Amino acid sequence: MSQGLSPIAFLTRTRRPGRIGVTDILSWAWLILGTLAVLIPVVWAGLSSFKPAAEITRFPPTLLPRAAVQQTVPGFDAPLSLWTVDIDGQRREMAMVRRIGLKAQMVDPSNPGPPISVDVKNISPVQRLTIATENYTDPLTRFDFLTFLKNSVFVTFVATLLTLIVNALAAFALSKYRFRGEKAIFVLIISTLMIPLTVVMVPAYLVIVGVGLVDSLWGIIIPTVASPTGVFLLRQYMLTIPDELIEAARVDAASEFRIFWRIVLPLTAPALAVLAIFSVLWRWNDFLWPLIVLSSRENFTLQVGLNAFQGEFSVQWNYILAMTFLSLAPVTVVFLFLQKYITTGIAGTGMK
Amino acid sequence: MSTPKATDFGGRALDFVMGIVEAPINGFERLMGRKRMPYLFLAPNLILFGIFTFLPIAIAVGYAFTGGTGLFVSERPFVGLDNFRQLLQCEDYLRPGSCRESLFWTAIWNTLWFVGFNVAATLLVALVTALILNRAMAARGFFRAMFFYPVLLSPVVIGLIWKWFLDRNGLLNAFLQMLGVPPEIFLLDVGWSRFFVVVVSVWFHMGFYTLILLAGLQAIPKDLYEAAAIDAASPRRTLFRITLPLLGPNLLVVLILLMIRSVQIFDEAWVLTNGGGPGTANSFIVQYIYQMAFGSDLRLFGLASAASVLMGLVLLALTLIQLRLGRKMES
Amino acid sequence: MGNLKLTNVTKAFGALTVLHGIDLTIDDGKFVVFVGPSGCGKSTLLRIIAGLEDISAGGIEIGGRDVVQLSPAERKIAMVFQSYALYPHMSVRKNLAFGLENLKFKRSEIETRIAEAARMLALEPYLDRKPRQLSGGQRQRVAIGRSIVRNPDIFLFDEPLSNLDAALRVQTRAEITRLHRQLGTTMIYVTHDQVEAMTMADEIVVLNGGRIEQVGTPLELFDNPRNLFVAGFLGSPRMNILKGKVTALGLAGVTIDAGYGAPLTASIDPAAAKVGQAVLVGIRPAHFAIGNEGLPFVVQYHESLGTETYVYGTLEGRGEQIIVHQTGHFAPRPGDLLRIMPLPGRVHVFDPESGLALPQSVSQRSDAHEHA
Repeated sequence: MSQGLSPIAFLTRTRRPGRIGVTDILSWAWLILGTLAVLIPVVWAGLSSFKPAAEITRFPPTLLPRAAVQQTVPGFDAPLSLWTVDIDGQRREMAMVRRIGLKAQMVDPSNPGPPISVDVKNISPVQRLTIATENYTDPLTRFDFLTFLKNSVFVTFVATLLTLIVNALAAFALSKYRFRGEKAIFVLIISTLMIPLTVVMVPAYLVIVGVGLVDSLWGIIIPTVASPTGVFLLRQYMLTIPDELIEAARVDAASEFRIFWRIVLPLTAPALAVLAIFSVLWRWNDFLWPLIVLSSRENFTLQVGLNAFQGEFSVQWNYILAMTFLSLAPVTVVFLFLQKYITTGIAGTGMK
Repeated sequence: MSTPKATDFGGRALDFVMGIVEAPINGFERLMGRKRMPYLFLAPNLILFGIFTFLPIAIAVGYAFTGGTGLFVSERPFVGLDNFRQLLQCEDYLRPGSCRESLFWTAIWNTLWFVGFNVAATLLVALVTALILNRAMAARGFFRAMFFYPVLLSPVVIGLIWKWFLDRNGLLNAFLQMLGVPPEIFLLDVGWSRFFVVVVSVWFHMGFYTLILLAGLQAIPKDLYEAAAIDAASPRRTLFRITLPLLGPNLLVVLILLMIRSVQIFDEAWVLTNGGGPGTANSFIVQYIYQMAFGSDLRLFGLASAASVLMGLVLLALTLIQLRLGRKMES
Repeated sequence: MGNLKLTNVTKAFGALTVLHGIDLTIDDGKFVVFVGPSGCGKSTLLRIIAGLEDISAGGIEIGGRDVVQLSPAERKIAMVFQSYALYPHMSVRKNLAFGLENLKFKRSEIETRIAEAARMLALEPYLDRKPRQLSGGQRQRVAIGRSIVRNPDIFLFDEPLSNLDAALRVQTRAEITRLHRQLGTTMIYVTHDQVEAMTMADEIVVLNGGRIEQVGTPLELFDNPRNLFVAGFLGSPRMNILKGKVTALGLAGVTIDAGYGAPLTASIDPAAAKVGQAVLVGIRPAHFAIGNEGLPFVVQYHESLGTETYVYGTLEGRGEQIIVHQTGHFAPRPGDLLRIMPLPGRVHVFDPESGLALPQSVSQRSDAHEHA
């Protein structure tokens, strides 16, 4: 890698330097198209989420969020919209008073005289780049999205914390002790990986009703805390901590629990970080189980709330997209910063 | 000696809290001995697994043989195989309309079609992408991350983003209009909506399978390719004679994993198609279970459980095949 | 008090018994080395003393106190591990403090003890470093320091030098010996390296196959190995073994014919031998004299170390390799025939069946001690 390598040469660098074959071109085309396919729906939804309600359903749509410019004109009570008007080969900005059929009545906003009648073919609206922040503020203030958001944050935070503690304890027992039933318990825990929620959702709901957690945030936190993936991931990592460290701590008069939290837990930090990232993503994105367990609006998480909202207000795309983006933003930020952790974590465990 | 630092305070506070937490645990250790500690450490996990995983499994099977609308087993009459009979009674399995539970059979056929197309498309796209990324590409990390990004998103978000993209006033229609094609309401058309459920699923999950296949590709020793190059093997021959055979075990695992996950399609399809629409064109098996049990006031838990048991058996078979393959791969 | 008493200590992992009824007494203040080949049970025995392994049967007393049921910490022992087992996420200071914190020592007392240990081991400049920022020798010293601050009754060392390079090993060996003199605390040291055992120990315990072969001072073991195993294990290069037959019993010893018409005399108690008995004769390389008569030795090659020379070869017409030691320079050519004769009183005789040494005659035994 010489420092003289130009960016173009770097980007087009292939296995055989100096020769760009058909395969290379096709490969790049595939990757670039793929990237566009990933990005376009997301970016499009993001841009749309800033469009005012009046603009969002305009067809064909504009790329960037814009809004018609309004202006108060002396002599008119309500603000009038501004239009570009072509008259006699001249281009002017005028305010529209009213529209009758194919004719529009326009006045000069700075010098309002009697309205001039203009053919609608010759006018086009004046638009400025506007960001409709009300798409974000309205659902949070006027609808229940602030509650949904709080619920989601609460569930994500508490469930992740409990997931780390409970699974780290189990992984510690399964990696640093030899005891009767060790292997059987490990196999039992791992075997639950094979039982998807979809198969047991009816009886699982019954259990939730039985223990009185139905329609409660704890009803979606507690059943998900014990995670076979988590136990597996942490155990594999803890196995790499030398047993002599544990013995040294025992000689150093540490109790077993103290060994856990003063020695093993700090040394497992990288694996705990991976599990924490996963857990945050699982809880934040979880849908089917909260959909089953939660029934009253004040307990909805963001995902369940979004689903309910789109059913009720299917036309208010500006709100829906804004709240979609609110849900997507933290995940995107997490991914941008921790991308490497996540991909290697998944490649290492083959799970998600 | 050491100067007091701000972190010292946090450390002391943590020590204080942990001191309180560890007192009863250390008491247990003194009372029961060090050898019993692993059981204590496992207890929270095992209790949670017991209540929320093993207990439901145990109930699931029994539930399938009961009827009525009561929730608890004690309130539910035993009906024997009635639920299964209701699900499986059919004049012609190819025509769901002729079945007693036509919705169930519609869902089964929809799921089968979805699994077929989704598995084929995802596998193909993921494999091609992994093969391309495995070439000594510049910016491999960037593209790998790019394709992986959707995997992390919530199914609801993905459903909504795509719903908007495919809207009557959405970007796809705008693009088609530029080409002179009249706008289409894709999600209200049976064919298009099924097509896009597969597209969205591929879009959602392909990054995950690409990652697994890429890891498999990178495990193939480089000297094999060098040997092939010395033997003057054409790229095509290298692909079919070296890469794919050596990737074979990974491909099989990915295939089964994809099938297991595809059978359980629900979240993103549910949001995208407004609950399986148009009509029942995208009503899948999990949706059937959900609707029978929770979707209406009917609360047909018995029927839903029976359907769960049937689906569970299929998944179990797939899982056993996967385990078999995994063991073969190791040896 | 740091005296240790093991009675009939037995350890089995399932069907595999690794220690068969070990009886051993160690006096307070002694430096005792457990030595033996790998798998002989020496590390297991150390871990049993530490309380890291349970025993299947038997008793352990430290300072007259039964400790079988006690945890490592309650036994008042400290241990230096082979890998040092320093806590990688803690600074040197925290590593030293951890054990004392667990025992709820006062902050000021902890600081005093750390300062003292750091001074003793020259660790002051490194107290705020993490273990991975230290060299192998420094880590070793931290591991020792972690034991010292605890002020234990017994120090346990589990092959502590095996991760160091040769030069550092010699230096650290001396340091540990100095530390022992300075502290006067009982130390038990496990190694498979007989040089460490010979140079450091007050007392050596030779273990083999889960049994104690012999206990004694280094020179006792060197001069009077109780059996073939100890004879072969201690001393480098190893003892030469010849086959022979007792031909005559005298007042001061026995005469043995090892072939070649050159009878060997061994100071063995005549009452313990019979004429015609088959025996194995053991002679250390350094205990041969090269002269005009004796056993015919055909030179194969030699190693010159400057101050001494080892000559490798065979007895004429036989296959077993014989090593002969000479001080100073000596350069025989391959194929040369030398005559070698064991030094008087340096011939060991073993029973080929049991491997046990035949008892030396009384006069010879005291004689050997004077030599030492």
